[in-house]
Amino acid sequence: METTLQNVFDLAVTVNGTRYEQAVEPRILLSDFLRHDLGLTGTHVGCEHGVCGACTVLLDGEPVRSCLMFAVQAHGREVTTVEGLGTIDHLHPIQEAFQEAHGLQCGFCTPGILTTVKVFLEQNPNPSEEEIREALSGNLCRCTGYQHIVDAVQLAAEKMRK
Amino acid sequence: MIKKFIGKRVMRNEDPRLLTGQAQFVDDVEIPGMLHAAFLRSDYAHARLLSIDVSAARQHPGVVAVFTAEDMGDDWFPGPPLVSPPPTAKDVTFHSRRQVPLVKDKVRHAGEAIAVVIAESRYIAEDAVEDILVEFEPLEAVVDLEKALEVNSVLVHDDLESNLAAQMFQQKGDYEAARQQADLVIQRRIVIERGAAAAMENRGIVAHWDAKSQHLTIWDTTQAPIPIRNGTAARLGLSEHQVRVIAPFIGGGFGPKIMMFYAEELVIPWAAKKLNRPVKWIEDRRENFYATTQERGQVHDVEIALSRDGHILGLKDNFLHDTGAYDPYGLTIPLNTQSHDMGGYDIKNYSSEFKVVFTNKTIVTPVRGAGRPQGIFVIERMMDAAAKELGMDAVEIRKRNLIPPEAFPYEHKIIDQAFAPLIFDSGNYKAVVDKALDMIGYDKFVKEEQPHLRVDGKYVGIAIAPFVETTGVGPYEGARVTVEASGKINVATGIGTQGQGHFTSFAQIVAEQLGVEVNDVRIVTGDTTEFHWGTGTFASRGAVVAGNAVHAASSIVRKKILKLASKVLEAPEDELELEDGQVRVADIPQKSVSLGELAVLANPLRGAVEPGTEPGLESTAYFGPQYGATAFGTHAMILEVDPETMMIKIRRYVTVEDCGTVLNPLILEGQIHGGVSMGLGNAYYEKLHFDENGQLLNASFADYLVVSATEMPRIEVGHLETRSTLNELGAKGVGEAGAIPVPALFAQALENAFHDRKLEILEMPLSPNRLFELLNEEKSR
Ligand code: FES
Ligand code: FES
Repeated sequence: METTLQNVFDLAVTVNGTRYEQAVEPRILLSDFLRHDLGLTGTHVGCEHGVCGACTVLLDGEPVRSCLMFAVQAHGREVTTVEGLGTIDHLHPIQEAFQEAHGLQCGFCTPGILTTVKVFLEQNPNPSEEEIREALSGNLCRCTGYQHIVDAVQLAAEKMRK
Repeated sequence: MIKKFIGKRVMRNEDPRLLTGQAQFVDDVEIPGMLHAAFLRSDYAHARLLSIDVSAARQHPGVVAVFTAEDMGDDWFPGPPLVSPPPTAKDVTFHSRRQVPLVKDKVRHAGEAIAVVIAESRYIAEDAVEDILVEFEPLEAVVDLEKALEVNSVLVHDDLESNLAAQMFQQKGDYEAARQQADLVIQRRIVIERGAAAAMENRGIVAHWDAKSQHLTIWDTTQAPIPIRNGTAARLGLSEHQVRVIAPFIGGGFGPKIMMFYAEELVIPWAAKKLNRPVKWIEDRRENFYATTQERGQVHDVEIALSRDGHILGLKDNFLHDTGAYDPYGLTIPLNTQSHDMGGYDIKNYSSEFKVVFTNKTIVTPVRGAGRPQGIFVIERMMDAAAKELGMDAVEIRKRNLIPPEAFPYEHKIIDQAFAPLIFDSGNYKAVVDKALDMIGYDKFVKEEQPHLRVDGKYVGIAIAPFVETTGVGPYEGARVTVEASGKINVATGIGTQGQGHFTSFAQIVAEQLGVEVNDVRIVTGDTTEFHWGTGTFASRGAVVAGNAVHAASSIVRKKILKLASKVLEAPEDELELEDGQVRVADIPQKSVSLGELAVLANPLRGAVEPGTEPGLESTAYFGPQYGATAFGTHAMILEVDPETMMIKIRRYVTVEDCGTVLNPLILEGQIHGGVSMGLGNAYYEKLHFDENGQLLNASFADYLVVSATEMPRIEVGHLETRSTLNELGAKGVGEAGAIPVPALFAQALENAFHDRKLEILEMPLSPNRLFELLNEEKSR
């Protein structure tokens, strides 16, 4: 079967601490690369146009929308996805807080929210409710009405300050 | 102490997987050799399909197949009807016209699927879609509900005489006689427009035909895996046992994912079988705006008749309901509207006729609320109009008309969406309203705070809206509860779950019965090989109907455990206790046996089994309610509007719900918060704008505004509990409750904020722009 691999780029990228070297088509989105080439399906895609925030990952520690980037733009850089936070047996304090405060229902928006919150709390370890809502305003959630997410972020901040 | 779990704020079992990116959603399914599908969809809302040329697309490198309606041959036929018209009611017209897999002769809404390309990657499939050449003859689009019914209107379905899809009349008492007695009759026209469910996960389906084992496996973002299994088997000529449908983790349902069968659900499994390769299709957000079902479009002509002292003597509501291009969901939504038109009020005379109208727009099926928010909006708007005309207090007129506690069960003498008599089983409505008034401090605000704020030039309004929600309808759900040799419990049910926390609330029911911890109970939902009887998650019925089936099965297992343990421990059953995964003799705690040991004893490998006994500690049970349990609630809000920008700030938001027994307050509150956010969208942000050509003008999240964290207020949730008499748990559903009264509440608060401006709101959704227009119209009047 002939597939269109004429135009490929040798991508080298570090994801959650693991270095990957892979040939990719330049047009492959970072979100598709993470999900389908690397099998890191925790990063979700809700809109493919940069509004919902479900696909948020960290690029060299800064939150970016992986649906708005090509994988090749991550060349030589470091990506952190939700899989890079905690594990089922050792949840990250933010993840713990989300479970305790019921900060998720269907869980589809959650990975993008966790990555966003991680950076937010690093920059603002003791945020007010208003600051939290502001920080979350780029992440849509259809299930929770955000209240328990806000509570979870407050709880996470508390845990992380300890 | 026997541990209680029902009613506790138990953390969710399912969260660790979801929080670490380890939960499987449909788009996470990867199968070696899997192909990817993309659909060619119509840009026109209404057009004849003259010709279609897919030859270039077939030549595109990486494309494996391109299918059109013609290529499906005899396998091309419309989806099945989901809900038939009511068998019992007279005066019903119903023309069933169902969606097709791929358009054959005529396109009936923008976004309808015309052809599918299946390729080595989604990228290639989308490229090849561009290579398909279609010749259309564009037709005038049927968009407006009233114009659609005019005699010379263009027809959505050419074989019908008009665009009337259905018509039905219901009445109780004698409205005309009541009207004669009335001191006041008020008429209004109320217009409600469409919104999207906008679950964060779009739809998707993966189908895998294994030719060697002759098995078809389907992963589907459906709220109803079992009906999808049965229907797919029938369509493809397979036995139901050859088809397995898995609804894994679903990223929000809210109604549209109960729709069966979407065109893609008709096409993808067929294509996978035909090509003998796994095929995946994942909807993108733009497709979701065009191809996933929507709701709410209705036009009401309402009339309410009252006595001078504010008692409602009768209500008449004739309305049009937009069903879009097809009507697979029968009369469910307009019947729900009729069932909620009277709210929680004691209205003796009611008359209502609805007409369901075909239009060249996306198909309409229930979206969280499903016709209920429209009914509540209508009655609550009329209550406010009546209060103003009579010079009565908004609270007083409502209280005067609430159904009193001694009137339950309250029979409405009309039929509901399940074609059963509409009966409100139980409740204490006034207590709920009082609690909401109390929580928000209604009197104090109106008497003390609001006047000061008004003097300071602030536009602040307060509102209170009571509502009913019919929930937990039949027909039935089932569950199987098994004690495993490890001592852990396995529970399988047929419903799907989309974030409602069933993995936890069902586990709480079992844990309490069997004396184990909640995380010792593993719940399986949405996999037809695990449990294959059931209907689906809709009408706020998961907790009520499946929850009671789980309860029934676990109580039988409990009996089996006690019986066996009594033999093993040589003690009478009534002296035994189930605790910490053990059965103990109450007074002699050393004398005990674990559930795991009992499970092994109940399934001996050798020896004789007593006649009449079944192996294992297992039971399957079903629950079907006699009729739906009706929940009641009241929301209250204090709102501030910036009169320059029309931006709003919600200062307080209070909800009080009576949904009977609460399984898990944490989950319940989450459901309410989410419902309110959707309701707020329906009130002020989310409107699907179709132009006169049937084109959707805001098909993206950049233009269609889903409520974000900054618009949402903090919600204060109060509970009251009137157990339902219709099921053992005493539960009533709550999944849709949050959304139902919000538009009605919001309108009342706005009118109250602009009390000096004679603002009257008779439409939903509004927007800051629209509010500005309304206020200007009022000025220039
Ligand atoms: S998927 Fe990237 S922002 Fe929505
Ligand atoms: S939890 Fe479902 S979208 Fe946020």
